[in-house]
Amino acid sequence: MSTKTPTPERSSEEAPTKRIRVLMAKAGLDGHDRGVKVIARALRDAGMEVIYTGLHNTPEQVVRAALQEDVDVIGVSILSGAHMTIFPRILELMKEYGMEDVLLIGGGIIPDDDKQKLKEMGVREIFGPGASTEEIVEFIRREVHEQKQK
Amino acid sequence: MAKSVARTRPQTGKERWEEETLKPFLEKHPERKERFITVSNEEIQRLYTPEDVEDFDYERDLGYPGEYPFTRGVYPTMYRGRLWTMRQFAGFGTAEETNQRFKYLLKEGQTGLSTAFDMPTLMGLDSDYPLAHGEVGVEGVAVDTLRDFEILFDGIPLDEVSTSFTINPSAPVIYAMYIAIADQQGVPREKIRGTIQNDMLKEFIAQKEWVMPPKPSVDLIVDVFEFGIRETPKFNLISISGYHIREAGSTAVQELAFTLADGMAYVEAALERGIDVDALAPQLSFFFNSHNSFFEEIAKFRAARRIWARVMRERYGAQNPRSWMLKFHTQTAGCSLTEQQPLNNIVRVTLQALAAVLGGTQSLHTNSYDEALALPTEEAVRIALRTQQILAYESGVADVIDPLGGSYFVEALTNRVEEQALDYIRKIEEMGDGSMLQGVLRGIEDGFFQKEIADAAYTYQKQVDSGEQVIVGVNKYTIEEDRKPNILRIDPDVEKRQLARLKKVKEERDNAQVEKCLRALKGALERGENAMPYILEAVKAYATVGEIMGVFREVHGSYREPAMI
Repeated sequence: MSTKTPTPERSSEEAPTKRIRVLMAKAGLDGHDRGVKVIARALRDAGMEVIYTGLHNTPEQVVRAALQEDVDVIGVSILSGAHMTIFPRILELMKEYGMEDVLLIGGGIIPDDDKQKLKEMGVREIFGPGASTEEIVEFIRREVHEQKQK
Repeated sequence: MAKSVARTRPQTGKERWEEETLKPFLEKHPERKERFITVSNEEIQRLYTPEDVEDFDYERDLGYPGEYPFTRGVYPTMYRGRLWTMRQFAGFGTAEETNQRFKYLLKEGQTGLSTAFDMPTLMGLDSDYPLAHGEVGVEGVAVDTLRDFEILFDGIPLDEVSTSFTINPSAPVIYAMYIAIADQQGVPREKIRGTIQNDMLKEFIAQKEWVMPPKPSVDLIVDVFEFGIRETPKFNLISISGYHIREAGSTAVQELAFTLADGMAYVEAALERGIDVDALAPQLSFFFNSHNSFFEEIAKFRAARRIWARVMRERYGAQNPRSWMLKFHTQTAGCSLTEQQPLNNIVRVTLQALAAVLGGTQSLHTNSYDEALALPTEEAVRIALRTQQILAYESGVADVIDPLGGSYFVEALTNRVEEQALDYIRKIEEMGDGSMLQGVLRGIEDGFFQKEIADAAYTYQKQVDSGEQVIVGVNKYTIEEDRKPNILRIDPDVEKRQLARLKKVKEERDNAQVEKCLRALKGALERGENAMPYILEAVKAYATVGEIMGVFREVHGSYREPAMI
């Protein structure tokens, strides 16, 4: 079900700096996929490897895909209002699978109070409408870099 | 543009102006930017003159309001006779809460109801389905059985309102519930007025709500046509929608072209079933977006009417002038609203609403300024409705028909939008070897539409990021804000209350009767009979939305979209 972007110039001889791997996911029942696709393309254009899950995934499907694909980042898009149900469940599963080093970020229409609560729970950042793709690219690069320093 | 090379024809007035007046001026005072573009990345010239509409023939291209090709409007008096219907979309929580909001809106002067459903209902799932957890009553009202509809329309006589239902894969079930309520209230079916969206093709293209694959989805829509022409002649059986295509990131031309292509596909599907085009056409309606580029939107609405009139008369041979009319609802562009400095959205919505009115819409939903943050509060909804009322009663724009008709710019733009849309329509027709229905189905299967839209969305986002497209408060004139707007919260108890009601209905109904109805529906599907009478029987026995749509899933299989970026 998922689609992968081609991985150019990856020879086994030289070990280039590992490209950042990102799972972009739509969780829940809503089909608003404009944002997730725009971000997926922007990350790909910024040199990251992007895997997109497609629509209507359960938290279990998202986390399992992230585990299989060995990603550095999970980006979850939700515009159905179910964010307070779905994000905590994803965090719980990530913990269960020992994925504390994976960065979880979110996107969608999410009220400020909820954003705050989700960040306290462990969602690293939530990007709302109006966030620029550059801002998101920079954020991921910085956070993944810092994570690797640890 | 102006060229000083040897000419074989006399210089036109515009060329003379460009050479004598414009050029020296530009040398001293360059323009603000190289390219002036619409939100759809269409370049706009600095000036339009009679030269831009040289081939223009008034009688042929515009004609008169209420007459073919309806470019100037579908009615002879337009808003001087009757204003557009002010129809605010509402729905949240349980049926009780939405019933209260409906009554509030009617009291505030709204003239039509419009129902928003929650995600599980939209997807044909019940509130107790596992994936529904967290989504019950959140984005709209939760409806599981006829019991919810009895509460939703409590105290609202169906012969006095027209009700629009924004729902697609499960639209036939909701339509059956509305008929069942009319039957309960003793209102004759031929008197009920309203609209079901019931447009699956654009779901596969853009909004992505579905139950079964495209072909059986279209067959079910044609079942609704057959049933509805006979039983509810005043009810719009489909709202062929560009709104969601645009929200998914398309350009104005793509919105128009894909919507009209879908419309043609439905007409062809109906003709294949043996339905008379003139019997069906008056019960078709359309739904468009109104976005930021003011004139481009007006051109889009005018071009839509002209193309549809010609297609219906010339291609499908419709005889009745009513069949040629493209009547449409408009909603201002949700995707244009900003989370930053949300009050600015009131101004955006005003301009978009004005474009819809100048474009001749039959009904209008104006978005609330807080919708980039959450569901709208009552205060925000009131301002949105007042915006329409101010346009209608204070501005004078409703007093004259098609006031921009004859503007060199608007006519040239209308022609251009029309030509570009027709290019797409021809391409889709080729994909279907001459059949629009096959062309659209092929386009969905191949991801043609999805890719065109995703490309346009990405181009736009890059233009926003680079500042070529300005969004005030987002990439220009930004401020640090402490945003604590008052937003609407859904009571977390809603899900519990809805689950309790569903449980109670399941205990109280005659389960043997439900079983019997569902089995009968399955038999009908297997025999290829029209499903509507069977759906209606099942609804009246209090079968759930999920149980009824489950029969379709069982017979035709579920749909999953191939994921692509």
